[in-house]
Amino acid sequence: MSEILHLSNISRHFSGLQALRDVTISLNKGEVLGLIGPNGAGKTTLVNTICGVTPASSGVVTFDGKDITRVKTYQAARLGLSRTFQIVQPFAEYTALDNVAAAALFSQPGESLKSAREEARAHLAFVGLDAQANQFAATLTLAMRKRLELAKALAMKPKLLFLDEVNAGLNSAEVERATKLIHQLAAGGITIVMIEHLMKVVLNVCTRIAVLHNGQLIADGQPRDVIKNPAVVDAYLGQQYAQRNAARG
Amino acid sequence: MTRVNLALLILIACVASLPLFGGAYALRVGTIACMYAVFALSWNIVGGFAGYPSFATAAFFGFGAYATGILLNKGVPLSVAVIGSLVMCFLLAAALGTVLLRLRGHYFAIASLSLVEVFREMVNNATDLTGGGMGLNIPLASGSGILADATFFFYAMWALLLIAAVVVMIVSASKLGFGLNCIRQNETASNMVGLNSTLYKSVAFGLSACFVGAAGGIYAAWVHYIDPSDVFDILHSVKPIVMALMGGLGSPLGVVCGAFVYLGLEEVVWRNYIQIHSGVLGLLIIMLLLFLPHGLISLRSGMFWRKAKHV
Repeated sequence: MSEILHLSNISRHFSGLQALRDVTISLNKGEVLGLIGPNGAGKTTLVNTICGVTPASSGVVTFDGKDITRVKTYQAARLGLSRTFQIVQPFAEYTALDNVAAAALFSQPGESLKSAREEARAHLAFVGLDAQANQFAATLTLAMRKRLELAKALAMKPKLLFLDEVNAGLNSAEVERATKLIHQLAAGGITIVMIEHLMKVVLNVCTRIAVLHNGQLIADGQPRDVIKNPAVVDAYLGQQYAQRNAARG
Repeated sequence: MTRVNLALLILIACVASLPLFGGAYALRVGTIACMYAVFALSWNIVGGFAGYPSFATAAFFGFGAYATGILLNKGVPLSVAVIGSLVMCFLLAAALGTVLLRLRGHYFAIASLSLVEVFREMVNNATDLTGGGMGLNIPLASGSGILADATFFFYAMWALLLIAAVVVMIVSASKLGFGLNCIRQNETASNMVGLNSTLYKSVAFGLSACFVGAAGGIYAAWVHYIDPSDVFDILHSVKPIVMALMGGLGSPLGVVCGAFVYLGLEEVVWRNYIQIHSGVLGLLIIMLLLFLPHGLISLRSGMFWRKAKHV
């Protein structure tokens, strides 16, 4: 398998606060990596560092063989890195269709507004929002907005997709639906990094898990092994979870 | 072409017939009306589409006026001088924009305001080139009579308004306009979908400056004498914002209507309340904004009798 993303010794500090310390990780094409860890562990910061929102203080990010440590956010987007936001970021005054069209329009060179809208329709249908195409983004429910984020991210034709808590705030039926979508995407060959707190979803979808704690990578490997790792249990999962898991076998 | 754009073109075409109806006064008011409409349309690009409240209108108006004035004094023909000012204003504003537009909201407003002061001081101090505080005399363009001159400058300003309106229409229907609207709604998300927001904002700032600069050039040639306190008047920055708010933020038709209504109010109030005209005008503007927060464009013919249905 070929490597698509490589982080070497990534650190990021916000004045006194060390958000990431010497994170080194590599990702192969087609993998679905679950990025877990307690709140404030640096998961979103890590994604922001890769996408150029908050560039790394030190270290090197390589994507598809190119050094992208210092690229701007919009350049990263055009290279094929796309993401959904934990706190949804729609263009509130645009319809769902135009939201997705914007993503297609600005991420692909030479795209016209008309063709972008046509493409957007297909992506909306994929996430099940075709009925809401002409509804303003501000009027959509949270679950719909999360799916809109996903449609936007897909419209950018990503090589690597970051899903930042796409299931947070959704009910179990909605989570199931979202999980199904992620499965479909993974089957389609997109490399995915998902930040997720619902272990059920992580174990269901991910081929590999990485755990961040206080800005450091404390575990990285097969889901089965990682959830038994004592350091991970201590830092994030908790004894109860480990016992329940052990009981289930 | 949308109905709103068509309405705007018809409105501008109607203005062109003004010389048929009035004398020198009507022409003077008409020229200023076109100038104000150019201000409002220009401000709308950066303030209405991109959502960056710029106070830099006076800066580029003054810059265009002085650029044209100096070029005319060097013997350059008027048309070349005005087009030159337009191009210079675009490049200057786009370059300044890459720096200034990193600031958002109030911070950008203050920074753009300071631009007016900086330009004014530069003109004040470059005495050899601009005449400094003494002002700059500009040679008479044709000298073919007062009314002919007034008609010429009216049509010059009108043509500029037409060009500005067409450009704004093209921009609002284009990828650029779509992107500027994205930036206004959510700049973080805009960057994240691959939109180069710095470039878009700079182009928008350049476009919002270039027609104002050209208007300044025509104004300078029209009044034959400019000085820093006249062309770098902070009111030139504030008025377009009031017009845009009165007419309807973001809508080209709205802001042009806003400009005409504002000028109408200004003239009527000034004539009737010479002592307290600023106060009365201010009061009227506040009333309009209070009762019509989305501007004149939000008025619909049905609005007045719709209520009666529920009686």
